[in-house]
Amino acid sequence: MHELPVTQGILEVTLEAAQGAGAQRILAINLVIGDFSSLVDDSVQFYFDILSRGSPAEGAVLRFQRQAAIAHCWDCGHQFEATVPLTPACPACGSGRLEISGGREFRVESIEVDDGSSGSS
Amino acid sequence: MEVPVVRDILSANAQVAEENRATFAAAGVLVLNLMASPGAGKTSVILATAAGLPKDIRPGVIEGDLASSIDTEVVVAHGIPAVQINTGGNCHLDAPMVRSALPGLPLNDLDLLFIENVGNLVCPAEFDLGAGLAVVVASAPEGHDKPYKYPGMFARADVVLLNKCDLLQVFEFDIEYFQRGVAMVNPEAPIFQISCRSGAGMDAWTAWLLARVARPG
Repeated sequence: MHELPVTQGILEVTLEAAQGAGAQRILAINLVIGDFSSLVDDSVQFYFDILSRGSPAEGAVLRFQRQAAIAHCWDCGHQFEATVPLTPACPACGSGRLEISGGREFRVESIEVDDGSSGSS
Repeated sequence: MEVPVVRDILSANAQVAEENRATFAAAGVLVLNLMASPGAGKTSVILATAAGLPKDIRPGVIEGDLASSIDTEVVVAHGIPAVQINTGGNCHLDAPMVRSALPGLPLNDLDLLFIENVGNLVCPAEFDLGAGLAVVVASAPEGHDKPYKYPGMFARADVVLLNKCDLLQVFEFDIEYFQRGVAMVNPEAPIFQISCRSGAGMDAWTAWLLARVARPG
């Protein structure tokens, strides 16, 4: 639902990083997104293709690395991936005393750039 | 060539949120970011909370809404200074929108500022506004499964208000199940059962809030 401002954020962060690295062209962007964020990957790429036109990021591929949230059972110590909707009980022992961490990552991890070394120049 | 970046996608918003936070701190205002589904009772919570505070606490309101100014008119009718942000269809408030609304408020004369976010349990959780407290308002008719379905929102809460608690039985709301869901993603956040209609639980909530407001003088 809020893919447009998120995509603007990705573009800003990416262009700044590329400039800092002296890169002319961005080929790919690696994103780390927690499972609790409700981003629709295809929709972000769709906006990105439009917003990046005429910029060094035009044509760049977005790679989404999804990061699962982890549930920890306070009673039996079992750990498992927590997906939405959350399960109310530990699948190993049935306890409801669970704690969930992670799932909220939302960052540009790295970019792949053309550093000008390819080609004849 | 791969260039490491490791930066938050919404870092531009986060930067403005920090500026807002500094502005609020300088003015001595405690700011609440109220987030909830449409109809959970955000506006009612603002009005009932303001009414329950001592007279020397001066509240203000920023109303975030898709288009209408209905809520702002209600708040202003209660004698509380309020400004309206129309997001023009945007599903959440962000820090620059809040910043643009600040000149419309007598910030230095306020002790407490309520920001009523757009009714939505998804997007507002991602955008820091610079508020001191994230307040998530749930309500009995929505059902007890909300923390399990929207963990991202409940994980952000500094405090959870369960509104319309006079209707818990009517809606067969399992309070223990709800509390367990909140604790799972957010063991720190206190949960207050309140009813803006009957006034139940409002004293405990306002006392908790009052302990966090910098009193004038």
